[in-house]
Amino acid sequence: MTSMGLAEASNNFVYASMVTLFLATIFFALSYSSGRRRSQVTETLVDSAGSPISATADPINNSERATVNPGWKMANIGMSLTWLSAGLLTIGLVFRGLWAGRVPWGNMYEYSISSALGILLVYLIWSTRRDLRWLGLFVTIPTLLTLGLAVTVLYTEAAQLVPALKSYWLVIHVLAAIICGGAFTVAAATAGLSLIADRRFVNQLPSRETLEKYTHRIIAFAFPLWTFAVVAGAIWAENAWGRYWGWDPKETWAFITWVVYAAYLHARSTAGWKHQKASVIAIVGWLSFLINYFGVNIFVNSLHSYAGV
Amino acid sequence: MATNLTEQQIPLPPMSRVGFLRWLWRQLTSMKTALILLFLLAVASIPGSVLPQRGTNPILVDEWLIDNPTWGPILDSLGFFDVFAAPWFAAVYILLFISLIGCVAPRAGVHWRAMRRPPPPAPRNLNRLGGVSIDVSDQPELVLSRAETFLRKHHWRVIRSPEGWVAAEKGYLRETGNLVFHFSLILLLVAIAYGGLFGWRGNVIIREGEGFSNTLTQYDAWGGGRFATPDSLPEFSFTLDDFNVEFERDNAQSGAPRLFEANVSVVRPDASAAATELIEVNSPMAIGPAKIFLVGHGYAPQFIVRDTQGNIVFDDAVAFLPQDGNFTSTGVVKVPDSNPQLGFRGIFLPTSALDEERGPYSSFPAPDDPSVFFGAWAGDLGLDSGVPQSIYTLEIDLMDQIGLRALRPGETWELPDGSGSIEFTGFDRWASFQIASDPGKEAALIATILAMGGLILSLFIQRRRVWVKARFDPGTGRTTVEVAGIAKASGDDPQENIDQLVGFVTGESQ
Repeated sequence: MTSMGLAEASNNFVYASMVTLFLATIFFALSYSSGRRRSQVTETLVDSAGSPISATADPINNSERATVNPGWKMANIGMSLTWLSAGLLTIGLVFRGLWAGRVPWGNMYEYSISSALGILLVYLIWSTRRDLRWLGLFVTIPTLLTLGLAVTVLYTEAAQLVPALKSYWLVIHVLAAIICGGAFTVAAATAGLSLIADRRFVNQLPSRETLEKYTHRIIAFAFPLWTFAVVAGAIWAENAWGRYWGWDPKETWAFITWVVYAAYLHARSTAGWKHQKASVIAIVGWLSFLINYFGVNIFVNSLHSYAGV
Repeated sequence: MATNLTEQQIPLPPMSRVGFLRWLWRQLTSMKTALILLFLLAVASIPGSVLPQRGTNPILVDEWLIDNPTWGPILDSLGFFDVFAAPWFAAVYILLFISLIGCVAPRAGVHWRAMRRPPPPAPRNLNRLGGVSIDVSDQPELVLSRAETFLRKHHWRVIRSPEGWVAAEKGYLRETGNLVFHFSLILLLVAIAYGGLFGWRGNVIIREGEGFSNTLTQYDAWGGGRFATPDSLPEFSFTLDDFNVEFERDNAQSGAPRLFEANVSVVRPDASAAATELIEVNSPMAIGPAKIFLVGHGYAPQFIVRDTQGNIVFDDAVAFLPQDGNFTSTGVVKVPDSNPQLGFRGIFLPTSALDEERGPYSSFPAPDDPSVFFGAWAGDLGLDSGVPQSIYTLEIDLMDQIGLRALRPGETWELPDGSGSIEFTGFDRWASFQIASDPGKEAALIATILAMGGLILSLFIQRRRVWVKARFDPGTGRTTVEVAGIAKASGDDPQENIDQLVGFVTGESQ
């Protein structure tokens, strides 16, 4: 394939991934609306019978109904589309790398589509171990926003790396940061849901306690990785700039993000802070991650501001 | 609860000084205080990323102060332009570390004792822990032996009581990891402080063909910690033989740097002869405790200045400082040996372009069409006044402007008042190097590796206790087995261990 062919193919795969993800979002959204209708029906049944439905209905039929809930059917379609979207995005990213002849982490467009893939992969891999269909909508929306921003505002032609980025630390440092970005986003989604879970406006949601436990698990996974990403960055900085820590704005916000997530972990073992407050801290941590990613690269004069943004 | 009640009912005796200190210490080392201090640390860091900082960008700080005459000095006096060295920032992290030590040190003692203690005996009533109770036909001794075998195989710490129970605990490494993590943070802080006190760094600009030897006077700027002495600089010298740079010429990111490399001949401390080495952006040169980093580059146009008789009074290349990404560079030439003294302010353009509004500027960083725009002054350079001058600025108080002119390589400008001529003969490149030594960095790296290891242990290892009780029931002739467990971390559940254990002791999964 010619080099322009690769470029076009990469862009087309990214677009295809976005369309697929948009459809996935619609199906996830439908899963909520139809799920709600269904549960209302269940409630009326309970009311008219005057006793809980499980007491009267055949338990096998009952469990069968749970699996054929039309809401979950929609969510299953959404799930398959999300897998497809992640696959298309991976191909798009690989073509981008082939076109540029390097790892596809040379500018903010490439970071953004990689981060989008990071969010999807954290969600999808986790979904192989737990039923996470209820979470789909809240993962696909931020991913779509990231991709949308990438293709509209941040798009840059592929080019060689600036000398400062020519290091194997680029692969280690950026890969860790991208996975953390995905995990922090998913954790912010579960934390946000845990704040509204008690209102039970949507029946598919797990209980607040379960959501809080999930949030904790993801952050417990991401926090050491984030520590590693920051340390890898520091080692790289020592090699490139002659100091391992210089309070460059990017470093400062990486530190702030680290401190906020450290506070989250402490809050989880402090009486009176375990629940809502901890969830709010998890969201604040995600916001400071976003400030570090978008804010520092675009608005602040930082050593991490690169050519082509 | 009970203490709260008594506190409400009985008026408290006045607090003694020791009592007050104890209360203060308890407050400081409580988790809630630690949380608040963590937040304060995060919030206190924010101005350091929003406002320009002296440590990273002193020029921007000065501009900010000029642009904000009201707020600038106020913020400056409060240390907002050097946040990470400000006393209030130090207060936050020092309190945090005291809180950390106060929290972790007693825990280390507790954990040390816990590690050497057998697991606690089974509670009287296991049902209260939400355990499992089953009847089996096997004898209690067999059931308990199976439980013991299973638990020992899975690295639990086990005790078996003749009273018919087995108690087991595992996951001691969770707290070990937690303690290692927190103590490593203290070690990290010490390493940073050590590096700050004994470390040093300096910057120097070296033109192609020029040499540098590692003594204080050769640096353009040098700063060291309180205990770093210039005498302790390692002895070495190097010459910048050649500096290569390439820029992107394709449309995408045109002008972006693609390659910098400095070829140097270096004489190391023990060596007698020079060796050639390459310094690149991500590959510094290490000499003893010092590392030499390539941090920037620019152009050094060459000039020959002649006096009225045609005698050469100046023949050198002068480093000009880049002002933008296309290396529009400014610099000055001072000629103290002519009469009157001459001074030139120049703009060097690697690729010359002219704009109605901006005036002369460079449109590409490579030297495709170089030129120099000059303003010439004659008079007294003020070098004899004793006040040190920057080599990059021209003091014109005692001088008169005598003309303006643009020159291309090889061109000569006969100065209008007949005081001589200046010839622009060509240009060299220069590279700027940072030479730094941080003796604390190895310790800092070890501390962070320990911290990460401890962190992983403390987050992924679960501390759990399980108990198995087996009692022969003469009425039924069967054995009642109770299995229960607890997890010490909130959100953790020992159910999987209980299920496995039940399967094993009943002989279902052997």
